Formats: sequence, C-alpha cells, structure tokens
Amino acid sequence: MMTEYSENNFEQCIKCTVCTVYCPVAAVNPLYPGPKQSGPDGARLRLKHPAFYDEALKYCLNCKRCEVACPSNVRIGDIIQAARIKYSKKKPGLREFTLANTDLVGSISTKVAPVVNATVGLKPVKAVMDAVLKIDHRRTFPKYSQGTFEGWFRKHAAEQAALPKQVAFFHGCYVNYNNPALGKDLVKVMNALGIGVQLLEKEKCCGVALISNGFIGQAKRQAKVNIASIRKAVKEQNLPVIATSSTCTFTLRDEYAHLLDIDNADVRDGIELATRYIYRLLQSGEAQFRFRKDAPKVRVAYHTACHMEKLGWAYYSIELLKMIPSVELTVLDSQCCGIAGTYGFKKENYATSQAIGESLFRKIEESGCDLVSTDCETCKWQIEMSTTKRVEHPLSILAAALE
Amino acid sequence: MNKQFDVIIIGGGATGAGVARDCALRGIKALLLERLDIATGATGRNHGLLHSGARYAVTDRESAEECIRENMTLRRIASHCVEETDGLFITLPEDDLGFQSKFVDACRAAGIRADVIDPKEALRLEPSANPQLIGAVRVPDGSIDPFRLTAANIIDAKAHGAEVLTYHEVLELLREQDRIVGVRVIDRKSGEKAEYYAQIVVNAGGIWGHDIAKKAGVTINMLPAKGSLLIFGHRVNNIVLNRCRKPADADILVPGDTISLIGTTSSKVPFEEVDNMYVTADEVDLLLREGMKLAPSLEHTRILRAYAGVRPLVASDDDPSGRSVSRGIVVLDHAKRDGLEGFITITGGKLMTYRLMGEWTTDLICKKLNINAACVTATEKLPGSRDDERKVGRKLHAVPAMQRESSIYRHGDMAERVAAETSAERSLVCECEEVSAGEVGYAINALDVHNLVDLRRRTRVGMGTCQGELCACRAAGIMARKGKYCTRRAKADLTDFLNERWKGMSPVAWGDTLRESEFTKWIYEGVCGLTNKKEE
Repeated sequence: MMTEYSENNFEQCIKCTVCTVYCPVAAVNPLYPGPKQSGPDGARLRLKHPAFYDEALKYCLNCKRCEVACPSNVRIGDIIQAARIKYSKKKPGLREFTLANTDLVGSISTKVAPVVNATVGLKPVKAVMDAVLKIDHRRTFPKYSQGTFEGWFRKHAAEQAALPKQVAFFHGCYVNYNNPALGKDLVKVMNALGIGVQLLEKEKCCGVALISNGFIGQAKRQAKVNIASIRKAVKEQNLPVIATSSTCTFTLRDEYAHLLDIDNADVRDGIELATRYIYRLLQSGEAQFRFRKDAPKVRVAYHTACHMEKLGWAYYSIELLKMIPSVELTVLDSQCCGIAGTYGFKKENYATSQAIGESLFRKIEESGCDLVSTDCETCKWQIEMSTTKRVEHPLSILAAALE
Repeated sequence: MNKQFDVIIIGGGATGAGVARDCALRGIKALLLERLDIATGATGRNHGLLHSGARYAVTDRESAEECIRENMTLRRIASHCVEETDGLFITLPEDDLGFQSKFVDACRAAGIRADVIDPKEALRLEPSANPQLIGAVRVPDGSIDPFRLTAANIIDAKAHGAEVLTYHEVLELLREQDRIVGVRVIDRKSGEKAEYYAQIVVNAGGIWGHDIAKKAGVTINMLPAKGSLLIFGHRVNNIVLNRCRKPADADILVPGDTISLIGTTSSKVPFEEVDNMYVTADEVDLLLREGMKLAPSLEHTRILRAYAGVRPLVASDDDPSGRSVSRGIVVLDHAKRDGLEGFITITGGKLMTYRLMGEWTTDLICKKLNINAACVTATEKLPGSRDDERKVGRKLHAVPAMQRESSIYRHGDMAERVAAETSAERSLVCECEEVSAGEVGYAINALDVHNLVDLRRRTRVGMGTCQGELCACRAAGIMARKGKYCTRRAKADLTDFLNERWKGMSPVAWGDTLRESEFTKWIYEGVCGLTNKKEE
C-alpha cells in the first residue's frame, strides 16, 4: 500500500486511467485532455519543454475527484493546477478580476445590495456582462445581503465571549456577504452546545477563486494573513478553527501547502469543518442537542460537494442530518454539479458546467425531496438555478430543528 | 526487383545508412541490407550523446577534433534529431581539480569551446547537478536521437534511388576468384532466398562485421565491449552532465527526449553473447552509484529500463595481440589489405562520426568505380531538418499542443505528413509519448514498419513510463487493420513486444516500475488473454 508522496509524485502513476473515468469534465468536453493526460503524463512532457503546456488545462475545474479515484496517491489535480500557475501564458483579465475578488466585490455589493441584486438580474445587464465580460447570461447570480455577517457579529461578540468554551469561526466570503443567516445558524447551533463563537483576528478570502483565476501573488498574500491568524487561534489560544464552507476548509488545509507553498503543517489539524467538529463532540458525549418536537417533517436530499468528497468528510454532515428527528434523508450519489466556483460563470464553460450537472439535477427532481442540502455554497447556486428545489446548508437545517 | 547494383551495403546502423545516403546523393546505385531493423545494433544502444569531443580531448586529440567538426555539422544537417543542450564537465570534491585546466587546454587545442564557470552558476544552469561540485566547464555537448538520425538517412537515401531491405540477412558473400561480386541473402520474414550483385560490397555490420568479414574469407580483429545504461522515467537534467576527469564508468548523464540516460559500463564480452545482451545487477548498482554523484536526485527517480550495447572496437592491424584498440574510424580496403577486390569494411568510429565514415567510404567507392562526384552530406540537410519547426507548428495549430509538439520533436518538418484531420487520427495510441493514430499510420505506411518494435523505433510507441501497457494493443490493432498481419500474428507480435519491454525492465524491476509492469501483466494476461506460450 502506498502511503507516501515521493519527490516525483507524478511518477507514481501507473496509467490505470481511473482518474479520467471519474473526471466530470472529460465526460462532457472533448477539448479537455483529461486528468491523466493533463496531470502526470503532461508533467513529464513539460519537463522536456514548456511548449508542451496545453492551454486546454484551463478546462480542469479543480474538483479533485481524480485524486480521490487515484489508487497510486498521485496528486493529479495539484499537478494540473501547478502547471497552470507555472506555464499558462493567458493573463487574467477584468472578468477574472471581478470573479476572483470575492472579498472586494462582496464588500462593495453588500453596501448597496438591493441595487446590485436587482441590477444583475436584469436582462440588458446580463447581456452586457455576457458580451463584455464573457460571463454567461444564462447564469443566475448569487444575491448579496444587506449588511455583512461581520457587522452583525460585532454586536454579539461580547455575549459570545462570555460562554465558557470557545471556537474560532472562519466564515468565508459567502457567509459574510451573501448568506449571513448561515453564520447566525452556526452561532445558534454552537451556543446550543454551550460553545461561544469568535472570529479570527484577521480574515481574508481563502483565495480559492484567486488561485483558479490566476492571481497567485494575491492568493499568497491573503493565505499568509489567514494562516497567521489561524496559527494564533490554534497555537496561542488553543481554539479549534471551524468553517461552514467545504471549499474554504479544503483550501486552507490543502491548497495552501500544495499550490501556494505556504507551510501550514503545524495548524492543519486545527482547521476543520463545522459539521465534523459538532459530530465528534456529540459522539464524545460532552454535549447533546434538544430538538423541537413540533418541527415539520422535511424530506432532504444530501449532495456531496467535490471538495467534501476530497476531504472525505461528507460522512459527518450526513450523520448530523440523520440525527434530526424531523428530517427524512436521502443521500444522492456523489458527483460534481458542474459549477466549481467561478468556473461555471464563464461563458466558455457554461455548456460544460450544465452538462456535468444534468444527471444530478434529474436525480434531485426525481428524488421527491422538499429540500437539497450541501456544504458548498456554489453547489447551492448551481442546484437552485438548475432545479426547482431550494438548497440549505446542513447547519441551517439543524438550526431550524433545534429548540 | 533489379538484382544488379553498384554497391551493396551490409548493415542498417547509422554507418550503413550514412554510406547509403552518400552513395545515393552521388548517383551511385546502392542496396542496403539489414538482417533486423534499422538502428538495432550499437547505433540504437548508446547514450544518444552529441559529443562535443571534450570527453576525448585529453586522451585522443584526433577523435576530439573529428567530434567537434561533426557536432557542428549535425546541428546543421540533422537539427530535428539534435537538441542543443550544452554539457557541463563537473569536478566533485573526490576529483582532482588540477585536471580541469589540462582539460580546458586540451579542448581549446582541439577547437572545442570550453568555458570555466562558477560552481554556483553551474547549479543555476542545471539544478539537478551535485551541489557539492567544486568546478564546472561548459562545452557544446548535446543530445542526438540515433533512431531518427538513421531513419532520416534512410529516407533520403531512398528518395535518391537507393533500395533498402530490412530483415534480410546475408548468408554468404559471392566470390569470383579474388573478387566479391555479390551476396546471397535470406528474407527472414518469408524465408525466401535471393542473390544480389554489385561491383562493391561494403561491410558496415558493426560488431557483426567480424562475421561478415569471415564470410568473405578475411579476418578483422574485433573486440566486443559491452556498455550498459539506465533510462530514467523523466528528464532529470536539461544539460548533459559529465565528470571532469579521465573517462570512466557511468560518468555521463544525458537528457534525451522525455527521459534521462546514465552510462556506461564497459566490459569485454565473448562473441557468442553479442546477440543477447543483458544488464547485470552489479552493473545496475554501479550505474546508480556513480550516477547519483552527478545528480543526487537519481536516487529517488523511477528507472524505466536498463539496456546494453556492444561497441565494435577494432584492434590495430599492426598489433596482433589485440590490446591496442583504436576508437578512430577504420576503413579497410581489402583489395590492398588482403588482395580481395570489391570488398570494403567500414568500422570503428562512433555515432558522432557516422557521416564522416560514410564520406570516407563513398570516396573510396568512387575511386574504385571511377566516379567523379564530391560529397555533399555535410551541407545537404536531412529530411525533417529542412524547414523551420515553428513554421510547421503554425501549420499544425489545430492539433492539440502536446501532440503537435511531440510529433514535430520526433519528425521535424516531416510532421506535416502525419494525418491529423479527423478526431480518429488525432486520438492517442501511446499516451505517455503522445503518439497519435495518425502518426502510427504514417509510420506503417511510409517508414518500413514490420512489427511493433519497428514501430517503437520510429514513433516512441511503448517507450514511455507505461512501457506498452496502454499502447501496445492499440498499435497492434492498427497494424492488423492496415493489413500488416492477421490476428494470430498480431497476438504473437504483441507477446514479443511485451517480452522485449520486460527484458529491459527486469534488471530494475522494483518500486513503481514493478507495480506498473504487474498491472500490465494483469491487463494482457487477465483481460486480453495473452499467454507467453507460442501458439500452434
């Protein structure tokens, strides 16, 4: 059994090609050479000469399902992303800047949320964005909230600090700008367990969109700020750092070290997904929930986001949902929904994105569920846009079922 | 087929191909006979190093001068077979740094550019080099692909009227009194025998030239010397690495195409063994141990295979003991030497001097045939090297990048002949080396391919990390579809091909190499039902 990653990780590939079988893009887009060709095979050719870099590697949506499938521990997704960083000659443009700077765009948008939300929904605006920015006009944009989660939290920080046990919450851009309600739900759930929530000393966007859109320098700078804050929480204050977003969690834990050369080995184990933290706490017997008796029955279909699959932690969210008496849970087959963060917003990826998700959307409609649940915010946007169902984070469903 | 030629050349290595091309360009009607495929002997079993001559500068000035002249010529005429990597001669703490100045002086005296560079600069240029190095000299070494070089010579010889028969073995030399007048050959594929006649027969058989001479009734004192090499799975270095000391074992690491090569060992072997070279465990140990001194990362790099070739060292005629060996070019006019007319042996030399060997031999042929034609092989570019590769790349812009670049790297301007219109033609046969179905088709149609091993030499099918795991059955399928053979023979060929791959892997079968070969075995035995037993 292979457990180690060698210096020449790509050489561990024995060409079994199971990665390409599991690749959601290769199945629908013939322009993409597939993970084996783009990853270990290509790495060897690129060592010969950079001219062997194929710009078609941009079609990789970085779901990492290839890495999950690989029996030889080849970091296929990392190899592909690292090659894009090293060799791509395509410089990011205004579209990439707009999509990648979730922090900047979010902080502006939340101040004038009703205007932004109404404007980007307008057909002429969509047409202009499609033509000028190449952001596909068929895409529904996520709504911005009025006021940020951080703003709300500041008013409650003192009462949170009063609780005897504490966790640090990495809220991410989505909770802060789009869905503060999820952050509030997390606070409610943690408080129900007798735990107070605090924020990190300084939090920047985790940078996943910066990495995928080619802003590596900025991604590194933000990563350094985040890891410094996380280090302070984990090492000095002895606080676990939890996040509701599977992609933020995955980026902080793995992408920082693999793609940005940020050493996070000392704090990696201190960063985890909120549902995992809660589940393990309940299992230890230290705390328990009291559920509402009058909660209405709800049929929930759980969708495993790609980075949840890569983390291997979907189990915890699923088990938490199963504990809720009013929830009747169906677990959908783990597959990519096609959005992959900013990927699906790009005009050239729209068709691929929707083709990847098609069978998932069908299964969701056929499942007869009232609600879909997933840990990933961009999966939520994709599924809400492409099906008739509403999508909620497991913690929101949990919060609603608590007394 | 016409049975009368001006010249018959025996041996399809670089030398034989070089003689054939030179003859054809001078209007001499030539037939080239090869008992196996082209470049199967010493030509295809060496480092693929485009020597600057620096290695010989201290010990053999004449060879060094020949090397640097041919080096510059080959960059010009065979650009698609050459990669201008440069080379470093590094001095390690265990070596004598005093040798460096002697080395540099000798290089310069032989006309080889030799720049002493700072060790730090050397490491910046070639990060894989041993960081403990205390001295470095930069020289114009490079890498050269012997298969492509031989193939390009054959293509051009044929384009100028030469005939080439592979898998034709010479059974006897036909003699009339004191003159060789032709050869009797057997077609090893069909078993048919035939006789061909010429005014001159050239023995360009490398180490096998020893036996050919014997068939003509003359004796050449040859000494088979085995040299073993290891192929690493990817490019470790992009500049040739040598040790700056007296030439010794395993002191050259060459980047060649997608891989790096370390070699060689050197040991005398008996004549009975030259057809079946194998690499011993001790040789693998030696190559790795010494190789790691050049580039420490070799310790953790996957080794793809090991192989060995036989150098045809020729004992000087005036030394019957056979101890004084020449590495220089040896042209033997047997009329003068043995009183046997119509027979010439060309031997000694090296891959680097193949063209010069062709020139000298053809000069002698011209003299004997009273032909007044000058040699043009030093200026006439080989097919593949005639057009700017970037121009070819632009023409092939619709082909996926990795496939396009690989195809151009292998075939130079001839990459245009590879069909890439349809998605079927662009589909990959060999995924490690990016060989498309179109390229396989081109090789089968235009490059004298008779089996999968021949196909490998012309395209690199099966030369990547998977060593045939994915590509061998696909390639065999295309061969069968193109009418090269029936299903039964396709299966036999597949077995031969995989066994040949395994032969190279077995001396280094550990780690990922072993894991991959086990997987290959599982696919071919378990899924394809291939067995090692010969079918009835």
